[in-house]
Amino acid sequence: MTLTSDPPVGKTAPGRTPAPGTDDAAGLTVVPVRRPWRWAAVAATAVVLVQFGHGLVTNPGWEWDVFARYFATEAILRAVWVTLQLTFYGTAIGFALGVVLAFMRLSASRFLRTVAFGYIWAFRSIPLIVQLLFWFNLAYLYEELSIGVPFGPGLVSFDTAGLVGAMSAAVLGLALHQAAYAAEIVRGGVLAVDSGQLEAAASLGIPRLRRLRRIVLPQAMRSILPNAANEIVSLFKGTSIVSVMAIGELFYQVQVVYGRTGRVVPLLMVATVWYVLLTTALSVVQHYVERHYAKGSTR
Amino acid sequence: MSTVTAPPTPKVELRAVRKNFGTTEVLRGIDLDVAAGEVAVVLGPSGSGKSTLLRTINHLEKVDGGSVRVDGSLVGYRRSGDKLHELREREILRQRTRIGFVFQNFHLFPHLTVLENITEAPVSALRRPRRAAEETARALLARVGLADRAEAYPKQLSGGQQQRVAIARALALEPGLLLFDEPTSALDPELVGEVLDVIRDLAAGGTTMIVVTHEIGFAREVADTVVFMDEGRIVERGTPAEVLDAPRHERTRAFLSKVL
Repeated sequence: MTLTSDPPVGKTAPGRTPAPGTDDAAGLTVVPVRRPWRWAAVAATAVVLVQFGHGLVTNPGWEWDVFARYFATEAILRAVWVTLQLTFYGTAIGFALGVVLAFMRLSASRFLRTVAFGYIWAFRSIPLIVQLLFWFNLAYLYEELSIGVPFGPGLVSFDTAGLVGAMSAAVLGLALHQAAYAAEIVRGGVLAVDSGQLEAAASLGIPRLRRLRRIVLPQAMRSILPNAANEIVSLFKGTSIVSVMAIGELFYQVQVVYGRTGRVVPLLMVATVWYVLLTTALSVVQHYVERHYAKGSTR
Repeated sequence: MSTVTAPPTPKVELRAVRKNFGTTEVLRGIDLDVAAGEVAVVLGPSGSGKSTLLRTINHLEKVDGGSVRVDGSLVGYRRSGDKLHELREREILRQRTRIGFVFQNFHLFPHLTVLENITEAPVSALRRPRRAAEETARALLARVGLADRAEAYPKQLSGGQQQRVAIARALALEPGLLLFDEPTSALDPELVGEVLDVIRDLAAGGTTMIVVTHEIGFAREVADTVVFMDEGRIVERGTPAEVLDAPRHERTRAFLSKVL
């Protein structure tokens, strides 16, 4: 070590070598810069929050007693169940069809690619509510549906009006709508998997389906999941749209009750709290599913 | 006629192999024989077609002309008369299980543990019982010096360790032929040695190998044959002493003077 000037002798505590020109560096404390405006912003936000909370509690218009009376009545619980069923079937059928469409769009066949593209184009273009009303009125277009030889004789036939009841029309509409979005989400996830993974699996002789299920999809799931969870949550709340078809789901049921009692605000809160609770539950599930698929990743 | 001993069939037999990417000719007629037990090292500047050549041998690239044979049978095709019929995917996969391939960037499956990476192909492609596959996998891990990392995920390993796992994964199918595509090019310099040690060990064990690499020292030490490629053609081939110490071709000399 070379110094251009000797350190001042006598100031040095024994056993320490201070940098030239400074006092004892070990004794210094760090003082962060003051940020008064941040404190002002915190105070202002806190005041607004407290005011809002105070209003919720003290404003008699919220009618919390009415809210409490209706929150867990049998009619409401049954309606919540219908909402959950619509969400479940819409998601399950929607994503199953979505996976098929995604792989059609990734297929080497131009025909399959075009058909899948056409489907997605059509179902993303038609507003959900318009589509739902179409399905609801399907019996007007086709009085009878039958399963049999294409263009040939039918083997089994159904009365359309009986088969496509309001509930199945709703599930059909939601699922077909969902499939278009699910297809793009799944396709995005599959494209995000490094092509080297497929080459490695192919060079090891791993069969095609196994490659998809064991190598590609688990890795694709990491980018599919956040988007899929968004879609499920939005479908869950979106089920309220089928209230136009007089299906007894949560929002429709709440409307029925406040139509009878005139207590609009507390009953809207009943629906709101149910939607919030169940969305929270979905987010918790999402967290754990994402953690499962994060195996082996560093972030 | 029957008293004359025919030369043994080469392990790998390339005849007039051509490959284009669009209008670019990547391989312009490659003839190459590699005998059983032979270690062939392929050298050449980047873009000379080395990797593509290697990838045609296990049908990761389809050839546009010529033929590729491994153990005497066509890879990826079946010949009837003067027509080559492309094989079904399942038959191609079966052929690939007899050819191990090690990639420059490892391509380990990141969501599977080291052990699962190695057992996946024996279990799903060869239908080995899982228990037996795991036993083999552990033995292979010990052979590449990673016996204690069976439960780790690839991202928890260094590059050199990942490449050694990739080699163990290729060996798990007990292939008669190993192809290495620049196995040390993605590694930090201090990790190259551990991977080359494993490959050297395999070469000593008599495995047929084709290694594309830039490690001239390794080629000199391990190769039975050195093949020099440039612009989609084989310029020169011979023993390491012939090609590396007394290259006959101007382009080989130019290349070697740059890398040595």
